[in-house]
Amino acid sequence: MELLVFVAASAMVLGGALGVILMRNPVHSALGLVLTLFGVAVHFVALEAHFLAAVQVIVYAGAIVVLFLFVIMLLGVDSAEDLKVDGLTIQRPLAAIIGIGTVAIVSVAVLRTRSTIAAGPALEASGDSNIRLLSRNLFSDQVLAFEITSVLLIVAVAGTVLLTRKQSGPTGARKGS
Amino acid sequence: MLAAIEPTTTWYLLLGAVLFGLGSVGLLVRRNPLVMFMSIELMLNAVNISFVALAVRFGDISGQTAVFFVMVVAAAEVVVGLGIIVSIMRRRPGATADDLAELKG
Repeated sequence: MELLVFVAASAMVLGGALGVILMRNPVHSALGLVLTLFGVAVHFVALEAHFLAAVQVIVYAGAIVVLFLFVIMLLGVDSAEDLKVDGLTIQRPLAAIIGIGTVAIVSVAVLRTRSTIAAGPALEASGDSNIRLLSRNLFSDQVLAFEITSVLLIVAVAGTVLLTRKQSGPTGARKGS
Repeated sequence: MLAAIEPTTTWYLLLGAVLFGLGSVGLLVRRNPLVMFMSIELMLNAVNISFVALAVRFGDISGQTAVFFVMVVAAAEVVVGLGIIVSIMRRRPGATADDLAELKG
């Protein structure tokens, strides 16, 4: 059963990823991204990381992809990108080499440490639910990082409003010229 | 027989490696800035899978906390990045990443 779930979710993840990088239309790429994110959420459920699975669906598939789709709609860049025109002829093969090389290096590293991972000591599971463990860790050990995250979000929102504001008034006229 | 095989942590790590490779290829090949951003999301998710798999294997919840922070930072990054893309595209409709080379030395 676990094997079946793993294979199905992995097919979702990899199929969606291929869709993102191969589809010409950005809207189709965004839908491939949704498929990948749901596959990752299934993996999280299979690994019993239930809170992260819920956050994955709500934040990633719910918010980020919708943001992508809104920007695609706003810009009207739904015209298919011409994949035939290539700025650098060497770019494609070089990208393939780099991609395959990355996968090969990381895979070799993973396979070499397989025995270490299998033999490593597992901490005693405390029996608490996943969300209770996560919140206890988040609000005790990582509380400073959690607070700094709020600063990050405020800065991101304020910066985005500043960036995308319609420029008006004397300063806007100067910038717009 | 087949049902007795259970996926181990190594399988998840290999899946993360392949997903990271696909994301990096997409980032290098595509020239639409939006699709490049989506490829970055793929790479972040690959790292998240690895984090959660190892956190579950070693029974340490800190890995899942790290994934939580990665998600927050990814959301902030997407908001700022899309804001930049919108302000570029408003001035130059249909620009690809190759067209944005004014700062090239």
